[in-house]
Parts: sequence; structure tokens; C-alpha cells
Amino acid sequence: MNNPTDLKYTASHEWVKQEPDGSLSIGITDHAQEALGDVVFIELPEAGRSYKEGEACGVIESVKAASDIYMPVAGKVTEINLTLPDSPQDVNADAYAAWMFRIRPDNPADLGKLLDAAGYAGVAVS
Amino acid sequence: MAESQQGVLKTTPLNAVHRALGARMVDFGGWDMPVNYGSQIEEHHAVRRDAGMFDVSHMLVVDITGARVRECLSRALANNVAKLTQPGKALYSCMLNEQGGVIDDLIVYFFREDFFRLVVNAGTAEGDLAWLNHLNTRFGTGLAIRPRRDLAMVAVQGPKARERAWQALPDTRAPSEALQPFNGALLAGELADGMIARTGYTGEDGFEIVFPAALAGDVWKRLMDAGVKPCGLGARDTLRLEAGMNLYGQDMDASISPLDAGLAWTVDLKSERDFVGKAALLAQPQSKVFVGLILLDKGGVLRAHQAVITGQGQGEITSGTFSPTLNQSIALARLPLGVQPGATVRVVVRDKQLAAKVVKLPFVRNGKILTA
Repeated sequence: MNNPTDLKYTASHEWVKQEPDGSLSIGITDHAQEALGDVVFIELPEAGRSYKEGEACGVIESVKAASDIYMPVAGKVTEINLTLPDSPQDVNADAYAAWMFRIRPDNPADLGKLLDAAGYAGVAVS
Repeated sequence: MAESQQGVLKTTPLNAVHRALGARMVDFGGWDMPVNYGSQIEEHHAVRRDAGMFDVSHMLVVDITGARVRECLSRALANNVAKLTQPGKALYSCMLNEQGGVIDDLIVYFFREDFFRLVVNAGTAEGDLAWLNHLNTRFGTGLAIRPRRDLAMVAVQGPKARERAWQALPDTRAPSEALQPFNGALLAGELADGMIARTGYTGEDGFEIVFPAALAGDVWKRLMDAGVKPCGLGARDTLRLEAGMNLYGQDMDASISPLDAGLAWTVDLKSERDFVGKAALLAQPQSKVFVGLILLDKGGVLRAHQAVITGQGQGEITSGTFSPTLNQSIALARLPLGVQPGATVRVVVRDKQLAAKVVKLPFVRNGKILTA
């Protein structure tokens, strides 16, 4: 299982990357894409909208199943990856390159509540 | 995302082979089965364009022998075994309860007047056996009903399936070369008690091959060496859905009449013959149409149990998926009588209502899209 050590993770299988400007990029993990199988539909959150921690903010559907995407920490969506809904298979090709949206966290310290790669490896047992 | 749970799952003779190939295994009705070996969509395309194979050994072969087999099956099955006159001929049928609900759907093969073979679904197998034994007693037909857990079954499907199967298993060529669709032949020699049938669940040409379980690993390897791609139950589901074929437990069950599940063509109500469930079907005529849906809007994937809003009232999706061949979401749906192919309906997907077009089934047959 490939879980980059420079990322943070949630128990609900999102990855979080801190960008130099303080915003957070968010996607789903390699483990999640593997469990889902071929991804065929992605619904992203609304840019400009604020979400609470743990709130369902998007949907990812594979041939097999639908799964919600949850907001890792409270924040406001600043940007969404507009190319992704037209090429959802990018998530299968490289889950850590396929960022879905970026947020400005309400409280940057919340990042400390997330799992590191080793902690996530304990959650993502197949 | 639920992880597959390990426990007392049943395994087929190919379980170790699937694991060695890196298959993603899931709990499929109590069986530890491969859902894919990588990309489900690639496996799907392999069957539509070339040749793929599925381990379907979880399904059960049931051999029924005795002088009065035809008499018993004539009363046990909704389709009419009188249609089976040539040895090797197969018939698709529902087995109904007294209320006209579907206990199972199955294929029955006629080999000799005293020997018929059934292939039944995995999840219903134990109930089917109990029911068949009950009917055998009730009709006093004195049959031997023998489940063949000693046999394995592999479905080889696709436009190149037959030639690849013959290349891999040369002994199967002579008995199967002249087989017409929906016919099977018993095998001899090393494959004795086995069978090769020109049947399947994908809408493509091909074979379902039954053989002694001890040979499973060898048969699988020879087929792989001949270029047949291993495919999981995920691709099997998208292929059968495109082919407009029902899945037991999803598109119909013991509470659903075959007439409301698009299976009226398999129910013989015209002849004088009496069969279990006939009186109930005559008393409750068809009350739903069973049709295909193609999603027109973007916004998700059609799935089982989503509500369908039509001009004639509300209906329900029974199976839905993303169709790799149409590159769009498709579904099978049970809708109010009067909804016609060509109509536009609305499907409730999460918080939205998405437009979908009603079409006649199937969506795809022999690699061609029929619903364009």
C-alpha cells in the first residue's frame, strides 16, 4: 500500500495535503480507489461553500458502489478540480495525483487531529 | 466502504488460483468469490471483444434421474419441458412457489428420458434441493436428486470464446463443434460427468463448461494460456445487465411474479399442463412492465431500489450500473403498466431527479448496442 508520508489521512479514506499557501488539497486514498474499483462518477463540493468537519461534501461512484466524500476538517472550499468529473478514471490511475478540491481550514491546528501515514495504514487493512 | 468480511465463507475449487492472480475477493452470498482481477471495465470489454472466463463453480449442478423425470419437471417448472425433445437441448425456466413467486431461475438440460440436469443459483441451491425433494415426494415420482458439488464450472464467453476453448481443451471440440445455442453435450474420458454447453450470462457466444473439480486449476491455466482473460463477478454483473438478463434475488425473488419480472416469455400458460404456481399466475395477471433505462442526465449512477417517477405512477430500479459498452449508466426497472419504450422518466438519485429513457431489453447483444 502506497501512502505518502507527507500527507495526512482520515479514517474515512480521504488524504489531505498542506499546500505552501496554507490551503489543503483533498482526495481519496489509494486503498479507497482500490476498494471501489473503476470510478465512473464524481460529484465535487461547491466552491465558496463552508463545510463542517466530517460533513458529506461530495460523492464518488464506481461501477460497483457509491461512496460519500467527507470533509476532513472544517473549512471553506476555495477551488475544485474541474477536470476530474470528465475523467473520473484518473482516481484509479493515481489517487494521490487526483486532488478533488482545496479548502481554507477554519482552524489550521485541526490538521493535527488527522492520521499520519502509519496511523492510516492501521485503518486501511484490506 | 465496507470491507469484505472473512469468516465461514464457502470456496470454489479455484479459490487459491484467484488469490494467486491477485483477485479482489468479496463475500458473494456466503461464497468467497473474485469481484475483479484489476479493472472490471477491462474485463467487461475482453468479453465483448475477445474472450473472458468466469469461475461459476458456486452455482450448483443437480442431476435428476429416474423413469419419471419429465413428469416431475413438467409440474415443477413454469416453462414446459415438453419443448425438450432432442438430447442436449436446454431450457431456461423459473421454478415457482404456490403463490406464483420465483423460488429460482435455472437451466434444465435434457440428456436422456431418465436423466435431466439442472444448473441452479448458488444462493438458492439448498432451498431448491429441499423443494425438488418435496415435489418428488408429493408427486410420487421416485426420482434420485443428486447435487454435484464434485463438479466445477467455468463460463468462457466472448466472440473468440469457442475457438479459444477448443484450443485449450481439445477433447471438448468434437462434442461441441456442432452445438447450436442453448444446447449442451456430456463429456467423456478425463472430463467424464462433465458437460459443455453453448450457454452463458453475458449476451455473447461461448460455453459453460462443467468438469470434475479436481481438474479446475488445470482447466483454468490452459484457458489462460490460450488467451482467455480471467474475469470477476463484477464484469459478470455489468455484462448480464447490458444483456437484459435477470439476476435472482435482485430483479425477482419468491415475492415477485415472473410476469412482473420480464419473464412472461419463459412461462407456459397456453398448454393444458398444470404446474406449481400456475393457478396463482392466472389469478394475478401481469401488473408491471419490466424494461431498461438509460440515464440521460449526468449526476450519478442508477442503482437498485432507486424510485422511478413516470406518467403512470411510481416504479423502482431492480438492478443498475454503469455500462462500459454504452459508456452511460443503465438499469433494469419494474414500472407501472402502460409505460412505453421511448418514454422519459425521472429517477431519484440522492437529492436529485435525473432524466432517463425507457428502452426495450436487451441493451447489448453479440457486441452490438441495440438501444441507440
